[in-house]
Amino acid sequence: MKLRGKGIVKGKAEGTALVSRKPLSFLGGVDPETGIITDVESDIRGESVAGKILVFPRGKGSTVGSYVLYALAKNGKAPKAIIVEEAETIVTVGAIIAGIPLVAGIDVSKLRSGMRLRVDGESGEVEVVD
Amino acid sequence: MVVETGIAFKLPHPKILGDPMYLTKEEELALAGEYGYAVQKAMEILVALGDVYGADRLIPIKSAQIAGVSYKNIGEAGIEFLRDFVEAGAKVSVYTTLNPAGIGDEEFMDRQAEIIKLYRRMGVDVTATCTPYYGANLPKFGDHLAWSESSAVSFANSIIGARTNREGGPSSLAAAIVGKTPNYGLHINENRKATVVVEVETELKSFLDYSLLGYHLGKTLESDVPYFRNLKPERLDQLKELGASMAATGSIALYHVEGETPEWKTAIRDKVERIQVGREELEDIRERFDTEWREIDAILIGCPHASLMEIKEVAELLKMRGKPLRIPLFITTSRAVKALADALGYTEVIERYNGRLLTDVCLVVSPIRDWYSGIATNSGKAAFYFSSFGLKVRLDDMEKLMMEAP
Repeated sequence: MKLRGKGIVKGKAEGTALVSRKPLSFLGGVDPETGIITDVESDIRGESVAGKILVFPRGKGSTVGSYVLYALAKNGKAPKAIIVEEAETIVTVGAIIAGIPLVAGIDVSKLRSGMRLRVDGESGEVEVVD
Repeated sequence: MVVETGIAFKLPHPKILGDPMYLTKEEELALAGEYGYAVQKAMEILVALGDVYGADRLIPIKSAQIAGVSYKNIGEAGIEFLRDFVEAGAKVSVYTTLNPAGIGDEEFMDRQAEIIKLYRRMGVDVTATCTPYYGANLPKFGDHLAWSESSAVSFANSIIGARTNREGGPSSLAAAIVGKTPNYGLHINENRKATVVVEVETELKSFLDYSLLGYHLGKTLESDVPYFRNLKPERLDQLKELGASMAATGSIALYHVEGETPEWKTAIRDKVERIQVGREELEDIRERFDTEWREIDAILIGCPHASLMEIKEVAELLKMRGKPLRIPLFITTSRAVKALADALGYTEVIERYNGRLLTDVCLVVSPIRDWYSGIATNSGKAAFYFSSFGLKVRLDDMEKLMMEAP
């Protein structure tokens, strides 16, 4: 299966999907030291974003959340790529300063945790690899 | 709520499909890294946001106001980012000021000083206030800006008629470095038109009334552009507070007041939704913040940072009160305004009655729960944030606060 969205931050990655059905807050929602999701409202609480292809509808919460993505990258705990339905300021800026490939405009309901994904942050293509 | 017709124009809404933004040759070079890593990263931020929000090009800005100053908010992650940016040679290219910092224990203040130092090294004028327009950073009508303090954004857009979106910390910093911002949202005429008419059916008298109206509308409306009828503000501070409260409880970045604000004449389109607000709605908000005085251990005036007139009013009320406050009074303000208050003798009066003027800081972005459990204030914005941190809040008129406090 191939999905096409819009590439927002360049770069290619392949890895295992971690899918949140709910919007994700990075400030106070993800531990920058470990990459573990701490947001009490999150449906993937306790999972680690490190090395995953992180998939969620959109970011929420404080714009300071961008810095949390940066800290994750500095600590080696960043996701390999991010896929969202709707890019907004927090995730867009965070992905750029952290250098994480970002694709937006994807129907994330088609993706499940555990799927193997190939992401192209330039063409906006997301491929499910069997 | 009376709905005449449903023009549901919410902004800014991300546009995923559409042409990429036009860039000049020089901007292309900046994006390719010709002017160094910091400019390149800043350009990447602006271009990505421009693409996300469907901007056609970048436009020059006159000034920037940067949020993401308090150590409580940005933490070690933010310091690391700023330090890397400074070391990569980041310098602002337009006039830039800062949002307020936090106050805390010794270790906190140490980290806070580090943040301020990093901004200074980027060429920012490190006056840290949410009311830059009372001093260093006063835009004029029609100026394009990249400001990121929600109450200052509302003031600049609504009261001055300058143009800025609600930027985040890193996006305003990126704009300050490049000297440009993507052309979308409130930079565009069409998006500055009213989306809802608010008929105020009760006479608004005090600063508190404007707080309550703003608080109520921020909760009720979405990212609308309200147009007020029957609003006759006596003072600029009242409009400042209206905008600040709306921007705190909601995401309103621009409003118009019939006969008062600079763009009201061109703000109305043919058919706009109409709503009414009366005394009942305002009282309903006030009743949420009626903590008894015995549970209050500090008073805050100056959210957003107090004007000279507000400080003068406090000094005069304290003199009428005639005896010192038993609980501390904090007035947060800018250094520019405090210098005037010092020179005019208001600071000395306030200190005599157990009050203190604090500059460059904001209690909302400080670890205030470590020190106090109940706060009395006249600000709807402060009431909203303090209660969200779990503090007890008493919201009342400045006059009542000064006269009735223990």
